[in-house]
Amino acid sequence: MDPLMIGIIIKIVLVLAIVSALAGFGTYLERKVLAYMQRRIGPAHVGPLGLLQIVADGIKLLTKEDIIPQNANRIIFMIAPAVTAATAFIALSAVPLFPTFTIPTSFPLIGGAIVPSTIADINIGILFMLGVMGSGLYGPLLAGMAQANKWGILGSARTAVQFLSYEVITGLSLLAPIMLVGSLSLLDFNNAQTGGVGSWILWQQPVAFILFLIAGFAETNRTPFDLLEHEAEIVSGYATEYSGMRWGMFFIGEYANMITISIMASLIFVGGYAPLGFIPGWIAIILKISFFFFLMLWVRASWPHVRPDQLMWFCWKVLMPIAVINVMITGIVVMI
Amino acid sequence: MNEKQKYIMLDLGGTPLTPWCRFKRVVKRTFRIELFIGLWVTIREMFKTLFMGKSHTTKYPFEKMPIPPRYRAIHDMLRLLESGHYRCIGCGLCEKICISNCIAMETRYDENQRKEVSEYTINFGRCIFCGYCAEVCPELAIVHGARYETASEQRASFSLFEDMLTPIDRLKEQEEFAGYGAPTPWADKNIKKTPLAY
Repeated sequence: MDPLMIGIIIKIVLVLAIVSALAGFGTYLERKVLAYMQRRIGPAHVGPLGLLQIVADGIKLLTKEDIIPQNANRIIFMIAPAVTAATAFIALSAVPLFPTFTIPTSFPLIGGAIVPSTIADINIGILFMLGVMGSGLYGPLLAGMAQANKWGILGSARTAVQFLSYEVITGLSLLAPIMLVGSLSLLDFNNAQTGGVGSWILWQQPVAFILFLIAGFAETNRTPFDLLEHEAEIVSGYATEYSGMRWGMFFIGEYANMITISIMASLIFVGGYAPLGFIPGWIAIILKISFFFFLMLWVRASWPHVRPDQLMWFCWKVLMPIAVINVMITGIVVMI
Repeated sequence: MNEKQKYIMLDLGGTPLTPWCRFKRVVKRTFRIELFIGLWVTIREMFKTLFMGKSHTTKYPFEKMPIPPRYRAIHDMLRLLESGHYRCIGCGLCEKICISNCIAMETRYDENQRKEVSEYTINFGRCIFCGYCAEVCPELAIVHGARYETASEQRASFSLFEDMLTPIDRLKEQEEFAGYGAPTPWADKNIKKTPLAY
């Protein structure tokens, strides 16, 4: 087989394994951070500092009985969590994650394979990621409609409303930086911001940055916009009837989406993996991604939910006009 | 005790009537930094918990909170400190006063013509932990102890006289009953003024 082909397969396995593990670790981090912010200590008994809690949770999820409700549409019910997890991982396939390397030929079977830095080396990375994350709405939507449960139906209705609306904001808010850089490639975005902190697109497009963050929170279904599975109102929304690993796949998808949004925000707005003073580039981007991930947990600990009508009001009457005005002003400035 | 409690009247303002007023309110709320005050509070608590040990967590099976002396848990039978003999004189008052009829006792005269308890059980399936037995006991023999973890394999596990009696080798650790309705040692700290005080 072609060495690049083998390399891509190896890369896919690597990304799947690492991001799944990170998603699991994300749940641990979330519980710990929320606990500290609420003056608790969080998971502390399983393993050192409670770290093995991830393993315990994984074992629990994998060994639980896989229940499919009687009146549910079996096939769609079974496929829906896979849609969420798959779209989350497919979105990551356009992100450059490590430098390209070649496996030494002394390795059996996979020796000589070239492992590329990006799984799918396409020059419209942003568009691809937006599109795939947008299609991620089918996960909760199908799940809620397939399970013959009123809470599920409500959850999926909210999914459609919320994801479709905030998709507009994400697209419009990213349009302004795209116009400035003149490219859809994440690589070009990174190259446009290599001149230190001052060259970050954040300073030229603060409004777009805030809009993107808000829309990103809504699209990853995080507090203050986690109306899809708002416990106080609709039990667990689209995930009401799910248990075991199918529910776990929703969770992995959500955390992978959080990581994707963090990566996008750090690549597009705050300089990507350009070296930051004395900090080398790969540490800089890990720090930035961690900050955005932490911001999501921080906001969850601090702010209350919004009402669904407020959510729609906020999207169409506040954010969208601001985004359009921002695009227009950017266009005029670029033209001049 | 004379300091006034600080009540703050919130000025919420009126309901905006015209669309322009509503718009102004939205702008005002957007650009006030209240959201960031929320973020500041949580991050402050996080640093306090992490670095100043202000966590409120009690790792329950390993750490326990002190329980107040008023707490009515499983009964204890105390011993006389001098002789180590059990205090119960077999008067039967606890059996008499028990409103759920869960105490059963039999007594007899021993060779010194003293009352001796031959059988004493409390049916914890019926006991409502009212504390009358401890209140009525003239010898402070039956008291409510601190054993609030009452899960066991058998209902009978706590209910025999020997189970409730202080073990003879732990006589020195036997704590005197503070009395029925005794306040907690740290009660002063918890005192607050009632609304009538204003």
